Amino acid sequence: MKQSNLMAKIARAPYILWAAIFIVVPLLIVVYYAFTDSSGSFTLANLAELVQYKETFLLSLWYSLIATFITLLISYPFAFFMSRKGPNAQRMMLLLVMLPMWMNLLIRTYSWMNILERNGIINNLLGMLGIEPLTMIGTGGAVILGMIYNYLPYMILPIYTVMSKIDPLLLEAAEDLGANNLAKLRRVILPLSKPGVISGIAMVFVPSISTFYISQKLGGGKIMLIGDVIERQIQTAYNYNLGAAISLILMILVLLSMAVVNRWAGKDEEGGVIF
Amino acid sequence: MEEKKNIIDLRNISVVFEDGEQVLRDFNLSIRDGEFVTLLGQSGCGKTTTLRVIAGFIEPSAGDVLFDGKKINGVPPYQRPVNTIFQRYALFPHYNVFENIAFGLRLRKVPEAEIRQRVGEMLKFVNLEGFEKRDITKLSGGQQQRVAIARAVINKPKVLLLDEPLAALDLKLRKDMQNELKNIQKQLGITFVYVTHDQEEALSMSDTVVVMNEGTVQQIGTPVDIYNEPQNAFVADFIGESNILDGHMPKDLVAHFAGKDFVCLDKGFAPNEEVDIVIRPEDVDIVPVEQGMLTGLVTGVTFRGVHFEIIVDIEGFKWMIQTTDFSPEGSTVGLHIEPDAIHVMKKSKYSGLYGDFSSYSDEIDQLSELTEEEE
Repeated sequence: MKQSNLMAKIARAPYILWAAIFIVVPLLIVVYYAFTDSSGSFTLANLAELVQYKETFLLSLWYSLIATFITLLISYPFAFFMSRKGPNAQRMMLLLVMLPMWMNLLIRTYSWMNILERNGIINNLLGMLGIEPLTMIGTGGAVILGMIYNYLPYMILPIYTVMSKIDPLLLEAAEDLGANNLAKLRRVILPLSKPGVISGIAMVFVPSISTFYISQKLGGGKIMLIGDVIERQIQTAYNYNLGAAISLILMILVLLSMAVVNRWAGKDEEGGVIF
Repeated sequence: MEEKKNIIDLRNISVVFEDGEQVLRDFNLSIRDGEFVTLLGQSGCGKTTTLRVIAGFIEPSAGDVLFDGKKINGVPPYQRPVNTIFQRYALFPHYNVFENIAFGLRLRKVPEAEIRQRVGEMLKFVNLEGFEKRDITKLSGGQQQRVAIARAVINKPKVLLLDEPLAALDLKLRKDMQNELKNIQKQLGITFVYVTHDQEEALSMSDTVVVMNEGTVQQIGTPVDIYNEPQNAFVADFIGESNILDGHMPKDLVAHFAGKDFVCLDKGFAPNEEVDIVIRPEDVDIVPVEQGMLTGLVTGVTFRGVHFEIIVDIEGFKWMIQTTDFSPEGSTVGLHIEPDAIHVMKKSKYSGLYGDFSSYSDEIDQLSELTEEEE
């Protein structure tokens, strides 16, 4: 017994060490920088300075909420129908969903630039039809589109995973007890797929709110999100302290958002997460 | 039995699956209001399909489904006044016992106070008082079964469909639940359509048994009729044990088989018509050789508790006889058969397939039941 306890401790040790070095220590460093000035003495000035980025915070929050919501709207029915297909069709669809994820994020985003830019594919097509070119790069829509495109698989996969575990017999039982399609959705499918929806939201919302690359490329330099501000503070302005302060607040914002989502989903017995 | 109106009529139903497999062929069945009907047959005989046609999960390729005399083809399951108890119960894992039972009432927007009252009554009815808040997954098989019954019955369906509801329970519990289901049916007066492959279950619970094979009805009758007057060799073999012999009818009330004429109670056959003769193992008496109508050699004896099962070879045909008198293997015995023990059947496509115990092993029957899967 003692022996195996010791063994278990030894086996766990590398992971605990890993977590300490690469998760806890960096977090502490962020906190340290956030509360110090360039000379290393304690200050709240960094946090006070954040007020000027209030609008950037709100814009990031707004864009990522829209992106998450639309992603959920697309993914939910898709995941449901996918989970009801035959095994071969499911494998094929799963492959198609994951295929874009095998490509680098940068390349995917550059492709969208090619599609959306002033001399891009869409405007060329419109030009052939004699329609004036549209301005797409540099709009909020383009940035949100980029988020949706890049993070869609992260919403589909967790929802699909829980959906495929729903026994079709339960749907028959519900129908037998008088449930039409809407009632089946509300009372059986939604509550049973809730865990997948929650992790899907987390996996899309979190990278969306902190992205900088998508907004830089598809925002055409006109749209600045909070991720861009952090990147600029650290890469260009070398103001690690302000960058750390923004990161810290962003992290708290994300944690609060997820707490709200969890609370919301857990409270409602009927299980409506978003609907 | 008093004349009651039909609650369900299945008329010339055929069901062909997408892969071209025909599961029901020109199937006809009428079910009277308040009746306990059992669809009995082996896996793949179409009994579950019949149930699903009534529930509305399968649209027949041809034929009409009538409910109370009105055609209900195309009516979706959620609008049919029937409820189903599924083989694997299909309880909702995200709801507790109370909410599972209340499911149908909530859909019909029954007022909260009435829901509480009716669910309470139902819990008492199925002996699950105090289980309201329990997690479904923490219940035993028997308790889950009761919740499934309560969840269906609370909606006061005109017809309750039961798809092998006891198959997942162990033997002891199964016997108890058989009695309970029968009591529930009597108390509520609901029509039960019950699907099983277990002939004993069918015989002991039902008002009417429908023996099915290969998507067609083989025989419809009371359990006693089905057992005593099987219509063909398939039914005779499937229900209980049978010695089925080739024979013919020299004239009314006389049957000729095993090389001799026997007095029987059957008539109405053409002179010398070829027939199948059924003699149940428990209807044969072992007597001293000199008193026997037939004599044969005992080739096997198995002790079954209540009785011995003796295999007797008479001119190559092996009879099974169930008797409380022990006769050792290798001894010669006489057989006595009363006229009412002889049942004469018309020849059918099943003639000659069943009823000889020369390669007998009842393990084969049991094995085939174990490997039985959902259709």
